[in-house]
Amino acid sequence: MLELRALSAGYGRAQILFELSLEAKPGEVVVLLGRNGAGKSTTLKTVMGLLRTRAGEVRFDGQRIDRLPPYRIARLGLGYVPEDRRIFTDLSVMENLEVGRQEPRAGAPHWTPERLFALFPNLGRMPERLGGRMSGGEQQMLTIARTLMGNPRAVLLDEPSEGLAPVIVDQMAQTILALKKEGLCVLLCEQNLRFAHLVGDRAYVVEKGHVRYAGTMAELEKNDAVREQYLSV
Amino acid sequence: MTYSSVLIQFLNGLAGASTLFLVAAGLSLIFGVTRIINFAHGSLYMLGMYVAVWAAEPLGFWWSVPIAALAVAVFGAGVEIALLRRIYGAPELLQLLATFALVLIVKDFTLWQWGPEDMLGPRAPGFSGAVEIAGRPFPEYELFLIGFGPLVLGALWLLLTRTRWGTLVRAATQDREMAGALGVNQKWLFTGVFALGALLAGLGGALQIPREPATLLIDLSVVSDAFVVVVVGGLGSIGGAFVAALLIAEIKAFCIGLGFSQLTLVVEFIVMAVVLVLRPWGLLGRVPAPARGAGGAEPPLEAPSPAAIGALLALCGALALVPALSAGYTLVLLTDVLVFALFAVSLHFIMGPAGLHSFGHAAYFGLGAYGAGLLLVRGGLPMELSLLLGPLAGGLGAVLFGWFCVRLSGVYLAMLTLAFAQIAWSVVFQWDAFTGGSNGLIGIWPAPWLSSKTAYYYVTLALSAGGVALLWRALYSPFGYALRAGRDSPLRADAIGIDVRGLQWAAFSLAGLFAGVAGALYAFSKGSISPESLSVPRSVDGLVMVLLGGIQTLTGPLWGAALFTWLQDAVARGIDYWRAVIGGVVLLLVLAFPQGLTGFLRRRSAA
Ligand SMILES: Nc1ncnc2c1ncn2[C@@H]1O[C@H](COP(=O)(O)OP(=O)(O)OP(=O)(O)O)[C@@H](O)[C@H]1O
Ligand SMILES: [Mg+2]
Repeated sequence: MLELRALSAGYGRAQILFELSLEAKPGEVVVLLGRNGAGKSTTLKTVMGLLRTRAGEVRFDGQRIDRLPPYRIARLGLGYVPEDRRIFTDLSVMENLEVGRQEPRAGAPHWTPERLFALFPNLGRMPERLGGRMSGGEQQMLTIARTLMGNPRAVLLDEPSEGLAPVIVDQMAQTILALKKEGLCVLLCEQNLRFAHLVGDRAYVVEKGHVRYAGTMAELEKNDAVREQYLSV
Repeated sequence: MTYSSVLIQFLNGLAGASTLFLVAAGLSLIFGVTRIINFAHGSLYMLGMYVAVWAAEPLGFWWSVPIAALAVAVFGAGVEIALLRRIYGAPELLQLLATFALVLIVKDFTLWQWGPEDMLGPRAPGFSGAVEIAGRPFPEYELFLIGFGPLVLGALWLLLTRTRWGTLVRAATQDREMAGALGVNQKWLFTGVFALGALLAGLGGALQIPREPATLLIDLSVVSDAFVVVVVGGLGSIGGAFVAALLIAEIKAFCIGLGFSQLTLVVEFIVMAVVLVLRPWGLLGRVPAPARGAGGAEPPLEAPSPAAIGALLALCGALALVPALSAGYTLVLLTDVLVFALFAVSLHFIMGPAGLHSFGHAAYFGLGAYGAGLLLVRGGLPMELSLLLGPLAGGLGAVLFGWFCVRLSGVYLAMLTLAFAQIAWSVVFQWDAFTGGSNGLIGIWPAPWLSSKTAYYYVTLALSAGGVALLWRALYSPFGYALRAGRDSPLRADAIGIDVRGLQWAAFSLAGLFAGVAGALYAFSKGSISPESLSVPRSVDGLVMVLLGGIQTLTGPLWGAALFTWLQDAVARGIDYWRAVIGGVVLLLVLAFPQGLTGFLRRRSAA
């Protein structure tokens, strides 16, 4: 469903991604693992069109999207949740959801504020609260809910567990598994290996913009060498 | 002042606030979403006035108002699509310049279409009479306007908070990239916002025609009023624009009502000054977030090599030989070039190394010119002394205005410098008895021993070259290095004990002084001065020279000044609508080289 072929990208003169390839299927949670600065966020930004692809290609449902502006990519049904959340702090919860809203899409679950409030009960208690007045965990819920309002078929999640209390982390894992059950394709960046194990089906390990390892989550768990070399801090 | 006259003045102020609010709200809205300060906003207002007067003839006033507003909105949408869309990624300065080019083009278009005479509009049918308020007649139309401003405020509020479009606009104002990643098509959002802003400006202009005639001077005076309102109210805040419009309009009304219409500007200035000191981001504004992904630091200015210094000295020598080879017009043109070279170098001094993007540098040029002229004509001083002391007026003006300016940065600074320049212009323009008003001063000739073209050319060469050398010398002194440190990382410079603001203030004042020298030289070379010498277009001339030559180079302003002065001379002599031509050239340059000429050349040489 989502396919990166030999993707290269970077900022200014610095090249960050070097011919990176990976793929993710519907109903699958794929985890992108790597240390700080490995290029995980850069990969997601490039897929979303926020950063120009320098070489290689990105396909979504077989269609090339690496030359499209972000709004066109979003309208094809690819959702993006940035690592710094980027909530609209001047807008209320409902308004934040409204910005993300798109028309129902064939072949994708249809989200409404009511359904999202069932998934994130905290948000349902504060529909008029301003984004800037919410706790970090609530903002994290809101940024995911906002993206789901676009009824995506695939979502890119950038470290959704970062900075959250353990209880909320578990709740977040449940949410991701719920999305998977709805048939969504999820591409997730993580540094938290425990969280990755909770939700992931397959993993790619990235270092310095190269894919160093690809395999199922279960295989990775057994492979101490890879974990030692690329993931332990 | 009696109770009733206070009431009447108060009501007058409210009426004035309505149109001012319309313009400022549009400006603020456009800035919020597109991050572009639309210098042409006053021009849109002016277009609204002219179109309304023109359409009112056959159709009547009440039809002409919506027609004018819509026409301006369509024009605005066209401008956004054809021009602004291409430059959203360009440096701020070029964006400002592009909208200023529009000012020139719209002005000449208006001149061409409707002629130079002021055009009187009709009265508003149904509101042409007067009602009695506190025993005095008060125009009904003013009452209509008083009600109309809050109505628009309410409508805008509903639009922004109760519609999906408004929600998207507010989201994009905060983080347009994120809005895009959520599927919001910014292109049409931006076009829509620009059209709405233009509509408000056009509406403001059209509604003004029963109150005052349409004139070609209204564009810059309205836009600088709107800048003042926006600076006072807080950029991006519609509510702030409303409060500030009320404040400014009331002040104006009371000054005029008390018979001190000349004081208007001074009081407006004082209010703005007080607000800026107490709340630098305006009454209801917020501290702007640091720009995301701001461009890298500018490359250091390399000190000229001995060879380069030799070449410059040789250039001076060559210039000194010119009178031996030719006379007449060449000398006059070269004198102009030398004057503007000094002007451009003084502007570059604060724009490049200090990072202060001034849109009102002509104020100091003009103050220097008037300083010299007034010392000679009104003060009776000898010409030599006037020439030497006159520039102090430019320096003192820069000391005063600069104190406020260095408290701001970026577009705020650009707006404030422009507003100050417009204030200085208005004072000179209105103070007939002292400055000669719109006619200016005449009979400002050099002393007899300097009166030949050749002699005056040498004086200009000596003073300009000396001024340029001094400014450049300052750049490579500890002062200059500290100044650049302050530009590149203000926080770090602060931390190592550099008083960034103080340095910038000193630089601003110094630049003002040397602009004043250029102005004084200019005055004696022409024999007369007019308010044009400190008008905003003159400031923009300076900007074009600096940008043309390349802001990251040292000698760029010299070549820019030479090229621009020569071009303007050639064009202005041959073409009536030279402003539009210059505006068009600037637009083409900005569109062709959105990263600036030097950026372009550098990339070429890197490739
Ligand atoms: N806006 C930017 N401009 C320049 N370089 C950047 C920018 N953002 C990231 N980088 C650089 O790109 C490299 C990869 O960064 P990226 O954010 O993709 O890492 P990451 O794997 O997401 O790390 P983290 O776990 O810290 O989020 C880093 O070396 C970083 O310094
Ligand atoms: Mg990251």
